[in-house]
Amino acid sequence: MSVAHEPAVTEPLALELGLSKDEWQVLLRLLDGRLPTYPELGVFSAMWSEHCSYKSSRIHLKNLPTEGPRVIQGPGENAGVVDIGDGWAVAFKMESHNHPSFIEPYQGAATGVGGILRDVFTMGARPLANLNSLRFGEIDAPRMKGLVKGVAAGIAGYGNCMGIPMLGGDCAFDASYNGNILVNAFTLGVLRSDKIFKGFASGIGNKMMYIGSKTGRDGIHGASMASAEFGEGSEEKRPTVQVGDPFTEKLLLEACLEIFQTDWVIGIQDMGAAGLTSSSFEMASRAGTGLEIRLDQVPMREEGMTPFELMLSESQERMLLVARPGCEEKIIAVLHKWGLDACVVGEVTDSGRFIGSWHGEPVINLPIQPLVDAAPKYDRPRQRPGYLDAVAAAPLPADLKPAEVERTLRQLLQAPTVASKRWIFEQYDGTVRSNTLLGMGRGDAGIIRVKDEAGQDTGKAVAMSSDCNSRFCYLDPFWGAAHAVAEACRNLACVGAEPIGLTDCLNYGNPEKPENMWTFEQGCLGIRQACLALDVPIVSGNVSLYNDTEGQSIFPTPMIAAVGLIEDCSGPVVLGAPDATALSKVGNRLCGASFRAAHDGIFLLGETRDELGGSEYLKLRTGKVQGACPELRLDEELRLQACVREGIRLGLIRSAHDTSEGGLVVAALESAFGANDGEGMGCQLMLTRGALRLDSLLFGETAGRIVVSVSAEAESSLATLCATHRVPFAKIGATGGARFTLAVDGQPLLDAEAAELKGLHAGALEAALG
Amino acid sequence: MKVRVSVQLKPGILDPQGKAVEQGLHGFGFEVEHVRIGRLIELDIPGADPAEVKARAQAMCDKLLVNPVMEKASIEVL
Repeated sequence: MSVAHEPAVTEPLALELGLSKDEWQVLLRLLDGRLPTYPELGVFSAMWSEHCSYKSSRIHLKNLPTEGPRVIQGPGENAGVVDIGDGWAVAFKMESHNHPSFIEPYQGAATGVGGILRDVFTMGARPLANLNSLRFGEIDAPRMKGLVKGVAAGIAGYGNCMGIPMLGGDCAFDASYNGNILVNAFTLGVLRSDKIFKGFASGIGNKMMYIGSKTGRDGIHGASMASAEFGEGSEEKRPTVQVGDPFTEKLLLEACLEIFQTDWVIGIQDMGAAGLTSSSFEMASRAGTGLEIRLDQVPMREEGMTPFELMLSESQERMLLVARPGCEEKIIAVLHKWGLDACVVGEVTDSGRFIGSWHGEPVINLPIQPLVDAAPKYDRPRQRPGYLDAVAAAPLPADLKPAEVERTLRQLLQAPTVASKRWIFEQYDGTVRSNTLLGMGRGDAGIIRVKDEAGQDTGKAVAMSSDCNSRFCYLDPFWGAAHAVAEACRNLACVGAEPIGLTDCLNYGNPEKPENMWTFEQGCLGIRQACLALDVPIVSGNVSLYNDTEGQSIFPTPMIAAVGLIEDCSGPVVLGAPDATALSKVGNRLCGASFRAAHDGIFLLGETRDELGGSEYLKLRTGKVQGACPELRLDEELRLQACVREGIRLGLIRSAHDTSEGGLVVAALESAFGANDGEGMGCQLMLTRGALRLDSLLFGETAGRIVVSVSAEAESSLATLCATHRVPFAKIGATGGARFTLAVDGQPLLDAEAAELKGLHAGALEAALG
Repeated sequence: MKVRVSVQLKPGILDPQGKAVEQGLHGFGFEVEHVRIGRLIELDIPGADPAEVKARAQAMCDKLLVNPVMEKASIEVL
């Protein structure tokens, strides 16, 4: 049976599918001069796309530290796996879905969540929690309100239907994302450390099985779309949008976890980007085997589908697995029980080749390992961008006058990046499955309890946080990336957790521009430096390049998600109770960000320096992102984090919140806004200026600072603890009352009703979205 | 004038709702395939010239009623 409507394979067609002229020549050599068939050309263009081959980024990714005593599985599999003790492990990864979300925000974001969930449960893990990191343009930019709403709804739609709680994330707005938003999704799952499933197609003669949804013409060539810039013409090139079906994925999750309880599965991999192509080539390449796939036996949703389409479709909710001989029927029975398709589509062979047949006729016959090995690997030219010196040297405006403090604070509280993200995160289910110990908006990191298969508490809890200040990365690509690592780990410290592993999602611009490539390299090196200093490895990750529109690149955005462990977290927890109750029940081993009681002392741990560069305040004053990136002192950072963790473990620290966008006053206010179970309370800040500029003191974004509150009785113990860890500290105020007052060197600067400021902060985003 | 806009997913786009309904129908023993669910929008647009009214309905589709990435519309002036 022949295939209709297949274009003739020519060099121009190959270029159109995204291959370069050089790559076309390599391809011809690999085939000994014969022309590829059309589906073969599709395989090449997908496998050698930036998205699948990491051709520009691989040589720099080697710099990332990926080893540690707890690491069971580092980068290279569907997700990284880290040991959490007593036979348990967590699998996690973060992945981008930037380009699809810009084209169709709801489905793009939803399928991003679906994809990362599959990556995690493919490993044999039951997903416990999600995070998401979002970057949007200015709210008034064209289409932006719709993108924000669509992305939030899409994430909620998929995650909530799957019944996976959202534990947190971060969201910022900057003009650099006006034409290219970022949607990075993270999932963490739990599994037995001796029962990890991997994508290996091993065992000659074993059957390859297709399970899950039928294949349609979804997102044909999404992987090569993600590897090209958007331009005026991208309207026309739009492939069929992938639509997520979370209820089917829930069935696939339960079916997979059911068959994972048996020994029927030898290898399994999710069909993600480049669908059947990348899953089959990667599985065979890892095992050093060959594959024969009968494409006509792949379950199809539509009539008239071609081998090209079947190889490249990105239909969601599908897996490719290798069955233990004789177990095929049992696997099919389980999948049918859950209402899903399952069938044998081929075999593992010893030929080292991928043979794709169509009604008995081979239409694809390619060597697997040579194709993978010959995947281009570029050491692209790098050049330090010229703008760096100019932004660093930009003069600062005159210091803020005392009379301007209140107006500035009110503006900052309403800036979209600083304002409460309540409008977004209230759409997400944060407590489904009832394991959430610290949910969205309540702490610097989310915390979830780990239960076993029977629902029994293991006594362990896992904390997670994702961060990246891309303005810092723009000002200093190296230190900005290091800041992202430090802040993600600092957020874990603020809830009392020890960092055990990181995953990254490196979002950068077009790698063919030397400036972007230099920036990318610096980002990897900065991450390396911070990881080594803080002694935490990167165990999985994803790279998203070509984040450009009309030649304009986004700010470098190396998103970092940190995962931390709380070893002993057993005991009853009152769900939905105010922080004071919920957290004291677990013996103060966890810590939220909100003040817990009136008349507690407020302390600042860490030192404030004259650092306004990249701050929200400076953006507000000058309209520009400029200045020097704040310094990151990694040795001080390490001591600070250890100090706060110990203070939480000892039960001294009642709340901890790191200073980030908006600076010290905003951080203290955020702790006040969340107090009394979200009702909020007042506080009185009394700051000492010393030699600092007033604006640096109040709104500068010096890193490595944490605002904590302690009871009056604990103040001297905190002083001792800080001295032991050599962490600078200062009492900066007291909690309580209904008003927020601010005084600097004894001079009152501000006296406002706390509830009114809280209202500004809480309502700004919703108001801006209209 | 009364206008009826029928909005359907473009061919090839997965329709989870249609799939669920199809499975439901199969559960009742009906033989049926390719169930696709769209929506019907009725509008009352002032004007007497059908071509002009249709053009205005088309503008409404472009701006708000239809997601051009995933859906297509057919407009009928009654």
